[in-house]
Amino acid sequence: MAINVKVLDRPIADTSYLRATVKGMALTLKHLVDPHKVTVQYPEEKWTLSPRWRGTHRMLTTEDGTAKCVACGLCPTVCPANCIKLVPGEDEEGNRYPLVFEIDEFRCIFCGYCQEVCPEEAIHVGRHYENAEYSRDGFVYDLERLTAQTHPVCEMWDPADPKGE
Amino acid sequence: MILPTPMLLQVADPTVAASTGVFLIATVVKMLAIFTLYMVGVAYTTLAERKISAWIQDRHGPNRVGPWGLLQVAADGVKNIMKEETFPGDVYKPLFLIAPALAFVPAMITWAVIPFAAPWGSPWGRIDMVVADLPIGFLFTLAISSLGVYGITLAGWSSNNKYALLGGLRASAQMISYEIAMGMSTVAVLLLSGNVHMSQIIDQQVATNWNVILLSVAFLLFLVSSFAETNRVPFDLPEAESELIAGYHSEYSAMKFSMFPIAEYANIITASGLMITLFFGGWDIPFTSWDNVGPHTGLKSAITFAFFLLKVVAFVFFFIWIRWTLPRFRYDQLMALGWKIMLPIALLYIVVIASAILALDATGLSRGTVAYQGALFAVNLVLLVLIVFVLDRGRLISPAYSRLERERVARLRLMAQQSDLATSRES
Repeated sequence: MAINVKVLDRPIADTSYLRATVKGMALTLKHLVDPHKVTVQYPEEKWTLSPRWRGTHRMLTTEDGTAKCVACGLCPTVCPANCIKLVPGEDEEGNRYPLVFEIDEFRCIFCGYCQEVCPEEAIHVGRHYENAEYSRDGFVYDLERLTAQTHPVCEMWDPADPKGE
Repeated sequence: MILPTPMLLQVADPTVAASTGVFLIATVVKMLAIFTLYMVGVAYTTLAERKISAWIQDRHGPNRVGPWGLLQVAADGVKNIMKEETFPGDVYKPLFLIAPALAFVPAMITWAVIPFAAPWGSPWGRIDMVVADLPIGFLFTLAISSLGVYGITLAGWSSNNKYALLGGLRASAQMISYEIAMGMSTVAVLLLSGNVHMSQIIDQQVATNWNVILLSVAFLLFLVSSFAETNRVPFDLPEAESELIAGYHSEYSAMKFSMFPIAEYANIITASGLMITLFFGGWDIPFTSWDNVGPHTGLKSAITFAFFLLKVVAFVFFFIWIRWTLPRFRYDQLMALGWKIMLPIALLYIVVIASAILALDATGLSRGTVAYQGALFAVNLVLLVLIVFVLDRGRLISPAYSRLERERVARLRLMAQQSDLATSRES
């Protein structure tokens, strides 16, 4: 045996196997009769998400169904993950609109800066987490996909009401 | 008009044994009924294990197949049968194939001699509620239950896998060690009943009191041994997934693999049945005597059978409860417990209980009296107190540190102080 092994004096009652067994069985029985189940039965039950939950994006639309986006270019600029691809276009009346607006949800870090910076309140991060796709391409959301999403969107943090009450 | 009475009903006398024909029919019916019930019971024990473990761990357990997951058993069966059977290279096929059956069959055969209800004085003669009412009943169970180790050992050996072999070897060493303690602990029961016939053992408990009260120490030894015999936690060293992957059944697949858990659960049920017969009065209903006296109606048999089932379920629950509470022993602790603790206690207990019975009989007390039973219980109580409060001080099962004696600790400390390598840690 090595010289420097620290030998502890245990109280002799602590080395009783039977007592430890009985104690352990009492504990397991307590959990058996009074369970504290935390499992969510997923397809039937779902979480209630926080109002500030930041999930996959959604582009809000005007009444006539076109995206609110004016292609100002603030969101691709502020995006720390560089996941927004925006090609601006302009119609005859001089109104700017996005020709291409794509968000790569794999690159996105869901910081929500795009929603914060948007002057038109067009792009939002959503209160949504069921994002499964059959291919990787499906995670690059184009404008059509973004406007078609219907899930609720994230509420911004209000400094006057920091706890969201 | 007088209806012609069937011939059988005319000659019927509930007290006489049934004729050969009735005996054969009754035996076949009992075999089918018990086999079916046993297999269903084994299947549902797997579900019970998963459910109870889930509840203990604050989970839900299987609840997708059927209401409350009750059809999970069928789903598991279908899955296991449909799965591909793999044969690793260089397995010894004959034994590899037969080992799962060898593990399972002894557990089932043992059940044949366990009486499960009060005898039924049917219109066709007395029908004993046991598949095979062997006069050598208990010796038969000892002989058969030792065969169970072959399945596991041969499975480990024929797999051509070092971990499987180690698991098989551990199983054989463990089961042989604890078989001795188990056999020795039951000697006390046989001393008290004076017979190895299972029905007689139950009759003795009906006439006096349950053996768990008269022979508590024997029950404790038998309980621990049966945990070891069934390879259940805390004695599941043959599997020991952290050390041996899964031990003896690492190389098995599909239904052949499934046979090992089935064998384990079958062993649990059989061990429960044995414990109930030997120590808990079999089908006897406590605090009443109407179930023990005639007339032996069919209703009486049914009620005693229900009570027997209740006891089995309680014991199965106990097995599962223990499994999800205790950690596994170390191998040296297992062997030390078997040979250094259980066997000496069992041997000593035989001497004590034989002397006690001899002395009590010499006083002329009847065995049915409270004084006789109280005296036996007092002897057991003293022994239990000795075991729990004197022996169980890190001596029965000890962690590594507590096995160091005081002088040895002092010597080590002295060495540590004198050593140049010693740190300045104060002990």
